[in-house]
Amino acid sequence: MPAMTMTEKILAKHADKASVTPGDNIWVDADILMTHDVCGPGTIGVFKQHFGNDAKVWDREKVVIVPDHYIFTQDKMANRNVDVLRQFVAEQKLPYYYDVGTDKYKGVCHIALPEEGHTRPGEVLFGTDSHTCTAGAFGEFATGIGNTDAGFVMGTGKLWVKVPPTMRFVFHGELPSYLMAKDLILAVIGDIGCDGATYKAMEFDGDGVFALNIEERMTLCNMVIEAGGKNGVIAPDKLTLDYVNARNKSKKPYQVVTTDAGAKFCFEKVYDVRKLEPIIAKPHSPDNKATVSEVKGTKLDRAYIGSCTGGKMTDFRAAARILKGRSVKIDTFVVPATSEIAAGLKCESINGQTLEQIFLSAGAKIGEPSCAACLGGPSDTFGRLNAPISCISTTNRNFPGRMGHKEAKVFLASPLTVAASALTGAISDPRDCLQ
Amino acid sequence: MRALNVNGLHFLDEHNAMQTTITGRAYVLGDNVDTDQIIPAQYLTYNPAIPAEYKMFGKYALSSVPPAQAGLPKGHVLFHTKDEFVSDYQIIVAGKNFGCGSSREHAPIALDAAGIKCVIAEFYARIFFRNSVNGGYIIPFETADRLCEQICTGDELTVDVESGTLTNVTTKESWKLKPLGEVAPIIDAGGIFAYAKKVGMLKV
Repeated sequence: MPAMTMTEKILAKHADKASVTPGDNIWVDADILMTHDVCGPGTIGVFKQHFGNDAKVWDREKVVIVPDHYIFTQDKMANRNVDVLRQFVAEQKLPYYYDVGTDKYKGVCHIALPEEGHTRPGEVLFGTDSHTCTAGAFGEFATGIGNTDAGFVMGTGKLWVKVPPTMRFVFHGELPSYLMAKDLILAVIGDIGCDGATYKAMEFDGDGVFALNIEERMTLCNMVIEAGGKNGVIAPDKLTLDYVNARNKSKKPYQVVTTDAGAKFCFEKVYDVRKLEPIIAKPHSPDNKATVSEVKGTKLDRAYIGSCTGGKMTDFRAAARILKGRSVKIDTFVVPATSEIAAGLKCESINGQTLEQIFLSAGAKIGEPSCAACLGGPSDTFGRLNAPISCISTTNRNFPGRMGHKEAKVFLASPLTVAASALTGAISDPRDCLQ
Repeated sequence: MRALNVNGLHFLDEHNAMQTTITGRAYVLGDNVDTDQIIPAQYLTYNPAIPAEYKMFGKYALSSVPPAQAGLPKGHVLFHTKDEFVSDYQIIVAGKNFGCGSSREHAPIALDAAGIKCVIAEFYARIFFRNSVNGGYIIPFETADRLCEQICTGDELTVDVESGTLTNVTTKESWKLKPLGEVAPIIDAGGIFAYAKKVGMLKV
């Protein structure tokens, strides 16, 4: 059998084939289908149109529905969309639905999935959201799809996939205290461009990757879509398995898949993380790379810390390291990705002060767990850029209009850089204020 | 392209899916037109499965394209007025990486609802391409030429789908587009459902 990358091996296994080659078009079995309030109603519409009003989903245990995008809004249409999900879940008796206004409510789907035990090595995850690729951090094939594809999966459990060639990114060395996974992935996207991985898998490897905690690995895989990547993937190690086993409540068995020795990569790039600097993506594209030192002093109106990319415990811990005992100079919005992370802000502390206390006493505002202003949303969305202002953000995209106003300027950076900049009201280097 | 409207869902007529010739006026855009520019997130509250809401995506199509990039080469050309649901332009010509960003199927839906029949770009972001083909909304043609710098907004174009020939009726130029290749059978069938039935993957 030819040597294969882990992406190829997972896809081959799910197509019941001994081997596959990049470029093959194959039908694969899905292990999990995830949808949310923005794409769920359309997906349900497609499903009902083609399979019938009374049709049942292919496997109740494999459909996960996570309302997360437009939740804390007065927008009637947005609220209606959550009702569409609720009704469908009741009709189908779906066990994995994390409803708004209940104890089960989670927040951002890509963080909710692993927290609730829906991500496992070797599996195939399809989700109606481009950042579904986040779950590649657990050693699975995870990719974003549209409503029609999702409606198809909902009825059949299958989808055609073109096997992507794999690009390999190797990180060596110990990450300096002023850098985070966000800097690494912004460096990669800047180097290969926002179409540099189109139709391709991005595998992250090297001691620099395996030294990262699981949330930081999620940040790496989360942003592969910003380079056009089909999926991002990291081989599972003990850290991955410990996390997965602690969360895998259903005890569903899984099989660890790793890249064969001698597998072919279509591209390889090696980074020494000790030589990297804090990175920023300037408006209006995630590949518009600069080092923070190059744009230091650029005036800002707002700072935003949140989303599937930059709203995890590791992100808030980092921001709190900088904000503790200090005051922000510009409007600063903190949005935990999930309810579990929101609870974490209340109990985790640095020198006797909880993260929540640190943010509030610095003058930041804390929102409810959801996608919030990462993608703009209805005009009453917490933190949304309703005017053409400049914002530095831990989120993932800065295309025109992404966070609201189409003339607003969004700078993407790590939570450390965002926190440092919040203190001064201008782009600032975390190396100057780490305490 | 002929579309069916069943329960508000637009799919190509499975028996007459592949139209042989597409004609229309060009609306020209640049590189990296992302899905937020094609349909801003604030309008994703409409449900495309409801006909009255499907057409709203046409109204807001391309509403976040920066004015200077809208309708090249001059820019500042409206795709349609604020009150219109359908545009006077039927073919989009764009540069690299069209449809990058989010997975929202509302993007090809917005173009379809606005009356766009096909897009001609250098290449596409993967999910936008899949959504266009699998949902049967628009034909995503690829070109080896940088047509977004050779065709002007407003030019009359004709695409011969079978031969993959693009003609600029206004300037009398013509180009060979890239073959649709492996997705041709899905486009020909009218989307992934029709295709899956054809190849025996789906027995509904």
